[in-house]
Amino acid sequence: MLSAVQNPRFYLFKRRSPLHFYSSKALLSSQSVTGPEHHQCSASTSPPQSQILTIHKSLLSGQIKAVDVAEKYLSRLRRTNSLLQSFLHVSDSVLQQAEDVDSRIERGDDVGPLAGILVGVKDNICTLDMPSTAGSRILENYTPAFDATAVKRLKDGGAIIVGKTNMDEFGMGSTTEGSAFQVTTNPWDVSRVPGGSSGGSAAAVSARQCVVSLGSDTGGSVRQPASFCGVVGLKPTYGRVSRYGLMAYASSLDVIGCFGSSVADTAILLHAISGHDRLDATSSKQEVPDFRSQFDFSNLLESKPLKGLRVGVIRETLDDGVDGAVISSIRTAASHLEELGCSVTEVSMPSFSLGLPAYYILASSESSSNLSRYDGIRYGNPVVADELNSLYGDSRAKGFGSEVKMRILMGTYALSAGYYDAYYKRAQQVRTIIQKSFKKALDENDILISPAAPSAAYKIGEKKNDPLAMYAGDIMTVNVNLAGVPALVLPCGFVEGGPVGLPVGLQMIGAAFDEQKLLKIGHIFEQTLQGCSFLPPLVADDFAC
Amino acid sequence: MASVLFRGIQTHPFLLYRSALFTTKKAVPYCRMECTQVQTATQDNPKSQTKISSTNPNKTLNKLMENYEAIIGIETHVQLSTLTKAFCNCPYNYGSQPNTSICPICMGLPGTLPVLNSKIIEFAVKVGLALNCNLSLNSKFDRKQYFYPDLPKGYQISQFDVPIASGGFIDLDLPVEFGGGHRRFGITRVHMEEDAGKLLHAGEGSYSQVDLNRAGVPLLEIVSEPDMRSGIEAAEYAAELQRLVRYLGVSNGNMQEGSLRCDVNVSVRPIGQSEFGTKVEVKNLNSFSSMNRAIDYEISRQVALHSQGQCDQIVQETRLWEEGAQRTVTMRKKEGLSDYRYFPEPDLPEVILSQEYVDNIRNSLPELPEKKRRRYEKMGLSMQDVLFLANDLNETYQVAAFFDATIGKDADVKLAANWIMGDIAAYMKNERVSVDEIKLTPEELAELISSIKGGTISGKIGKEILFELMSKGGTVKGLIEEKDLVQIVDPVEVEKMVDKVLSENPKQLQQYRGGKTKLQGFFAGQVMKASKGKANPALLNKILLEKLNDKS
Repeated sequence: MLSAVQNPRFYLFKRRSPLHFYSSKALLSSQSVTGPEHHQCSASTSPPQSQILTIHKSLLSGQIKAVDVAEKYLSRLRRTNSLLQSFLHVSDSVLQQAEDVDSRIERGDDVGPLAGILVGVKDNICTLDMPSTAGSRILENYTPAFDATAVKRLKDGGAIIVGKTNMDEFGMGSTTEGSAFQVTTNPWDVSRVPGGSSGGSAAAVSARQCVVSLGSDTGGSVRQPASFCGVVGLKPTYGRVSRYGLMAYASSLDVIGCFGSSVADTAILLHAISGHDRLDATSSKQEVPDFRSQFDFSNLLESKPLKGLRVGVIRETLDDGVDGAVISSIRTAASHLEELGCSVTEVSMPSFSLGLPAYYILASSESSSNLSRYDGIRYGNPVVADELNSLYGDSRAKGFGSEVKMRILMGTYALSAGYYDAYYKRAQQVRTIIQKSFKKALDENDILISPAAPSAAYKIGEKKNDPLAMYAGDIMTVNVNLAGVPALVLPCGFVEGGPVGLPVGLQMIGAAFDEQKLLKIGHIFEQTLQGCSFLPPLVADDFAC
Repeated sequence: MASVLFRGIQTHPFLLYRSALFTTKKAVPYCRMECTQVQTATQDNPKSQTKISSTNPNKTLNKLMENYEAIIGIETHVQLSTLTKAFCNCPYNYGSQPNTSICPICMGLPGTLPVLNSKIIEFAVKVGLALNCNLSLNSKFDRKQYFYPDLPKGYQISQFDVPIASGGFIDLDLPVEFGGGHRRFGITRVHMEEDAGKLLHAGEGSYSQVDLNRAGVPLLEIVSEPDMRSGIEAAEYAAELQRLVRYLGVSNGNMQEGSLRCDVNVSVRPIGQSEFGTKVEVKNLNSFSSMNRAIDYEISRQVALHSQGQCDQIVQETRLWEEGAQRTVTMRKKEGLSDYRYFPEPDLPEVILSQEYVDNIRNSLPELPEKKRRRYEKMGLSMQDVLFLANDLNETYQVAAFFDATIGKDADVKLAANWIMGDIAAYMKNERVSVDEIKLTPEELAELISSIKGGTISGKIGKEILFELMSKGGTVKGLIEEKDLVQIVDPVEVEKMVDKVLSENPKQLQQYRGGKTKLQGFFAGQVMKASKGKANPALLNKILLEKLNDKS
């Protein structure tokens, strides 16, 4: 028996049709590898397809116009954004750019693999022609003079940047409630948080406001919201993607990550932005494999396609403090992997629980330094002051939110003379221990799995006044940043909550620069996971046939 | 008489307080480093020393100074002359319009990252090796954090606990006119860092503007051991550093442009006391000369306070040298230790040097000033000559190269030094040209020297054609031929000329023979004139004397 979703609620949400908003004909033609039976209405849902590949093929074959694609997404964005508050800024040139794509296709010009693809970009990633505020008042109305390398590469690939997504201020938070401007809601239940800090990017993809989106992940800021919103989230290896243009929170941990509604989309997005960048000395010169080459949408189930792969379930992540329903989701996912041919064993990583305090020391320390530049002198909103110290003090007091101030204070303290050894240095030592333990566990296993978060999405306001409870929610993800390795989160089931249940994310952790393996396993997992559809009710009607 | 360019460092003895300093100012011609003073070269000049002692106003104060010892340590910032800044591609040109050489990276805009200019490592290794340091094959960058409007990121990328080079020393020779002597000063460390921008303060003081052109320009900070004991030692240390960075081609070392900036720490203690006194930092030292004077002033100030039992008036502070008033004044008192909260710069990878890389740089180092001085000394040149040739303060150091090229053509070492330090230096000074701008080549100077030494031409003729060679060029042989300048060494020919002069001047001859022997010079001059300067002087005098005295 194939693994099914343990929560019967998913049946409430079962789609009658797998068809997307464009015609079934277009979909059929674009999915030639897929058997026709998958496109018929049936009681079970079909696995997610790559929207990027589908749109790309439809555009090239002339079956659909980029303008039509853009209009559909934009109208959905406009319809849902007042509820979701996922975008801080929406570009006013989307349709014009889509027209350009259409005319290039008409002329027979080469268009990039992302031509006409609408991408949401987290607001801490610099965009030349749009405000980039990192969710902070201190950068209100700031428009950078340059595109982040990742954004530039997307544009080079033909992508259309649809807008800037909401986030916890400077990435500091796990709910997106920490934005200075608005609170983003979870498309599965608008009374709940979308997770954070890349909550806007996750919600936007979940609600199909854009095809894919960029986020950033310092301690789980891509993976946890992906889990909360039921989308695929990828945190690449540190150094795989250039950080140039990513407003730094904790430089040694920050990575730009990808959101998609399928593993394939996430992989295509990753491929577009990966690779060495001479503007980022920490970007790796490792070769970028073609992550796209391995996607096969044919029926993969019978062949035990993952035979021989060793999967380690991190014991410490299925322990006290983790929601029981989440644990059972992950166990079900583990047995699904077993059915696919993997050998699944438990691994123990005793240092796992050390990651959280070490992370908060290191991230706060680095952020206290990285945020020094926001002094109200060159950009942002300076206050009127009589003398220099009050100019600094007042600009920062007015410009930063309370979570940011708290972390600056913590970091400043941890780096202060007399405390450095006890905090920063010790945390670095813990980091080394964690790196070694991941190295060992990943030498023994192809991938490690764990929940992406100890619980599904919680209520807005629930942890707002309890930062420690919020920090504790990062336990599953921070170790991966400390170790610098890649991790993929993909929805694997539902737990009770909200009108139709809340998605649960499975985290797969791979060895450094082995995104390829994660994406392959993730793709096969996703394509063989039956009976789940991760399209939130809010927009499900758009896709009904 | 030959004249020589001397370095402009002026000194005066430890003098107490302003009034004394003002009086000295009249006695000693003050000049900044870029100025030069012409003095005679042929005599070992004791003049400046006597001048110093003669200007000493108060022997008891001077005696007081003998009971105290000054401890001086120097932090030097050397701006590296890389084509682009340390972490971005902006060029840096001193004196550009404000904020015309900036980019998102050196402005510290959000999202930007530093990428190290590898030339900085090469330059730092060169300086580290030249200062006899141990190099750290694994070093790293750190962030030094403080708020100031000229520091766009809120932190300076620097090196903290693992500098690229440490534990070295620098050798130098004090100028002969200041008593001379060899010194070795310890180098604590050399590290790489970036410069900050500049604040331009509005006249009325109501606002300031920020110029970020200089932000991100690479610097080396060179920290000395507290080994210096006087202003002249400190100034010579800085001058030697300047020579070094210029020899190495890593910086123009220009103090006026701020390419070489010295912050000096001065403390004073009674001789015999082992712990240091309270140290005071002195800033705004724009020339070696002001450095020298500022330090000596500061020493005398501190000694005076010590001797008056007012030690507690010496506080840890930064004092500013006022060039106009020739004194130091309090700029800011230090309120506790500032905590820069250093931590490793996460945006930059570690700096890892391979031994091969270091060896390649070591093998490519030019001959450094100290080695040059020792070589010249071994050739038998006087220290005065050695220092003139090796320590020439021109930015390009071609005088030593010119000298080396000349002696490379087998010219007599001492004669070559004399010519260069004498007439050639004087010409260069008068015409305001550098040695590469004069038309004389080292080959021709060597030829000139050997022509004189070999007797082909007289020294006087040599001097004449030297000026022609310097201004118009040409060859020694060509000029000698062209102007028929070959010396007359035939005694018969000289005798004829002597006879002619004597017969034409019977009156003077009579006077001479009447006892007015001084007239010998007159006759010699007449003969020389008749020979158009070509008569061999020794031969001329010998024959003239014989003839004059023969008939007496």
